Amino acid sequence: MQKDTIHILLADDDEDDRNFFKDAFEEIKINTDVKLVKDGVELMDYLNKPDITLPHILFLDLNMPRKNGMECLREIKKTDHLKNIAVAIYSTSASESDIEETFVKGANIYIKKPNDFEALKKTLNVVTTLNWQYHTNSLNKETFLLSI
Amino acid sequence: MKLFLKFDINNLCNTILQEQLDKFELKYDILGFGEINIKSTITDQKLTELNEAFSNYGIQVVENQKSIIVQKIKDTIVEMVHSESGLNNLKSSVYLSEKLNHSYGYISNLFSDVTYTSVENYIIIQKIERVKQLILINELTLTEIAYKLNYSSVAHLSTQFKNITGITPSAFQRIITKRRNNNVD
Repeated sequence: MQKDTIHILLADDDEDDRNFFKDAFEEIKINTDVKLVKDGVELMDYLNKPDITLPHILFLDLNMPRKNGMECLREIKKTDHLKNIAVAIYSTSASESDIEETFVKGANIYIKKPNDFEALKKTLNVVTTLNWQYHTNSLNKETFLLSI
Repeated sequence: MKLFLKFDINNLCNTILQEQLDKFELKYDILGFGEINIKSTITDQKLTELNEAFSNYGIQVVENQKSIIVQKIKDTIVEMVHSESGLNNLKSSVYLSEKLNHSYGYISNLFSDVTYTSVENYIIIQKIERVKQLILINELTLTEIAYKLNYSSVAHLSTQFKNITGITPSAFQRIITKRRNNNVD
């Protein structure tokens, strides 16, 4: 069981953030396979390819050029083969109303971007393990909400 | 006459595995290092029989035994959280070790080894799931839910809910209700 690989996809336009993210997952004890895309257009192109393994979690930056996180979320939730992917929004904003709005629009997880690498590792660990519990124990994903 | 034998252990083991697996008419790959991948779907009954056939040769299915026990632990926890009589006042560690006939130490170590979480954390996740269900059914007040699930107070329930989900029970209810209304439109 421990050998199961968790597929992760990250959409973020900031190169430093993408690298931090990838490094953080390499240091977490969970087996992950991390894919990175640079913006919303690239994300949706990738998700609509026929031959990919869909991610267990998609980490989605809210502010991206070309197509932002909210637009991607809306498209994903409208698309039958994508709507069951757990979506983790992450953003520098942490206003209660922003958080609530993304949940209402169908996000499962809301992450306030941590300031340092250690905090990022910890956050990603919590998010990934909890999501894994939902995935492996057939818990109700419809009511899976996590704000961290 | 005395014969002196030399064994190719690897070949020997693989042949035994092949013979047994073929008997069960399974599709499989032998991956080496004591690992086989069974590609056919297999019933619990057949798996037990396969275990028995293997054990005649001193072969034990290791990982799967563990997974079976872990599954039993999970089932028992879900049953415990959902039982109508509530959780009584029995501590969950006592309940689990009585039900499963293993020491709690054994249960808890095995569980953490195989899953990505601890027994305690799994119980909390299941309880919070139950709380969510009960909130959405909307028949009980939060105080009643707290009592039913054996929380010492409604404050304790709310704190644990917030710790696990990051939001309050009332925000949860508001979000899910809004989301459902949106979908209707």
